[in-house]
Amino acid sequence: MNITPIKRLLLAGGLAFSATTLAAPSAEMLANTCAACHGTNGNSVAATPSLAGTSADYFVETMQAFKDGTRKATVMDRIAKGYTDEELAAMAGYFAAQKPVPMQQAYTPVKANLGKQLHQDYCEKCHEEGGRAAEDAAPLAGQSMLYLSYSMEDFHAGHREAPKKMARRVREMFESHGQAGIEALMHYYAAQQ
Amino acid sequence: MSKLNRRDFLKLTGVGTLAAAGTLAGCAGPGANGSAARAKVVVVGGGPGGATAAKYLRMVDPTIDVTLIEANPQYHTCFMSNEVIAGERSLDSIAFGYDGLKKHGVKVVHDYVTAIDAGARTITTKGGNTFHYDRAIVSPGVDFQWDAIEGYSEAAAERMPHAWKAGPQTALLRRQLEAMPNGGTVAIVAPPNPYRCPPGPYERASLIAQYLKHHKPRSKVLVLDPKDKFSKQGLFTAGWKNRYGYGTGNSLIEWVSGAQGGKIESVDPANMTLQAAVESFKADVVNVIPPQKPGKIAFAAGLVNEKGWCPVDKKTFESQIHPLIHVLGDASDATAMPKSGYSANVQAKVCAMAVADLLGDRTPGDPSYMNTCYSIVGHDYGISVSVVYSLDETANSIVGVKGAGGLTPADASPEFLKREMHYAHGWFANITNDMFG
Repeated sequence: MNITPIKRLLLAGGLAFSATTLAAPSAEMLANTCAACHGTNGNSVAATPSLAGTSADYFVETMQAFKDGTRKATVMDRIAKGYTDEELAAMAGYFAAQKPVPMQQAYTPVKANLGKQLHQDYCEKCHEEGGRAAEDAAPLAGQSMLYLSYSMEDFHAGHREAPKKMARRVREMFESHGQAGIEALMHYYAAQQ
Repeated sequence: MSKLNRRDFLKLTGVGTLAAAGTLAGCAGPGANGSAARAKVVVVGGGPGGATAAKYLRMVDPTIDVTLIEANPQYHTCFMSNEVIAGERSLDSIAFGYDGLKKHGVKVVHDYVTAIDAGARTITTKGGNTFHYDRAIVSPGVDFQWDAIEGYSEAAAERMPHAWKAGPQTALLRRQLEAMPNGGTVAIVAPPNPYRCPPGPYERASLIAQYLKHHKPRSKVLVLDPKDKFSKQGLFTAGWKNRYGYGTGNSLIEWVSGAQGGKIESVDPANMTLQAAVESFKADVVNVIPPQKPGKIAFAAGLVNEKGWCPVDKKTFESQIHPLIHVLGDASDATAMPKSGYSANVQAKVCAMAVADLLGDRTPGDPSYMNTCYSIVGHDYGISVSVVYSLDETANSIVGVKGAGGLTPADASPEFLKREMHYAHGWFANITNDMFG
């Protein structure tokens, strides 16, 4: 596994600020306050995305984007502003270490099969292992289909910035397969339970 | 790690033996590890606060012996009960049992706690059982000030339901709405601050209006309020204008503030009338949400102060009146957090982690708190308020982190509001799973 410098920093983060007089809740304490919406240990059973197993780099990047407004949100922009960089790093380390439990949800096998092929052709390079693993990208497998469809709408509407490579791949996929292709991908990620 | 520390502490000091002796008396069964005495925690009340505290205690330190005492075999959540009243979901969908907690190793006892002896560290139940504790966690929720509104009583609530503790009362209010003729009036008597679920009465008005709009469009909801402002007021009134004609002659909702004479002094259940200082009102369905106070056991155990709530150390939720008893959720004085399910859930985690630390003779870590309250105004129309909190240890107060949190923006798009409704339902699924799963 590739240990990036930021990850090394994150892994050390739990101890780095405990000696100061400022309040420093533990990573577990901070993460536990997220569970009401994101599920116990970051494993959601509904529309709110799961956080368990999310790479620490991606978690921090996402929270910073909520904080500075580059990623639009319903509540997360308001919530992200409540945490320091150190606290976000601590939470990132905690969620990265949790074992993901895929959400139980309905899907259509035929669509999931098409989605599997499309994933291999367009997405696997960054969202590895069928969307389960990612060093620097969102985990997709086992996420709520509703949440994933919101994410795609947000990329499309410019409410969320897609990396150039991703924007190109999604465009290519869309040109060949249209909305049915997007839908097939959602069913593929939902099927991984 | 926590296990070793606590054991080491018990081994190395004589202090542990006292607790150990008491523990053995209370819990004769073999511990998970067979030999050493286990710290014993008794949780009183199996609502959002108590259920979460019991579960997380076992998650934080599985060596702790945790007993939860709750009178009822099922808990009906107050959150989402307004959707039941409006016919959007079943009563069963807000009912939760205790099998999930048992899987975490919590001993669940269905009995009613009548007394807590802080000196002897014992808890007594109606069923005649006595439980010893090293630390107790009390999460009794709210009780009603039955004498605050003349003519209102537990008997009157069968005619004018409060439906503020979910279950049979929720079903009763639903049946009354179904039986009401088109053109009828539904009165909601809102409570004074502080009370459980600050936006709740207004979400209820919204969802009843939604039901009336589709089934009994000549009817209306009348909110009679002792207050002059309420939680998420701007967002609710915008939603009411958008969906229910609020502010027009044909509005499905009318709100009468305290200044406008909305404070109800007495009720007459036989004639279905309500008397305010000046005016009297008549309605076909009356929902009285009475003023509130901590649950009965908080008074019986002497945990309530002169201000009417249970004063606690905000870092551990330990009572400032009786050491070794922790109080959390609606009954505690944990302002500025609202009395909400989310608050109770988070406070329970702060408390459980602190209790595990204290039992292990460690200094409790710094707490972190948060609360997000969703309300549903109608189909595809959700709104929220969210605050991240931290502890001001010197002042023993929970304070909102500056520059964070806040309300759904006033100019939120229909797509935004739709997502908030879906996330509200997502929150419900996750928080109930976090509490009872």
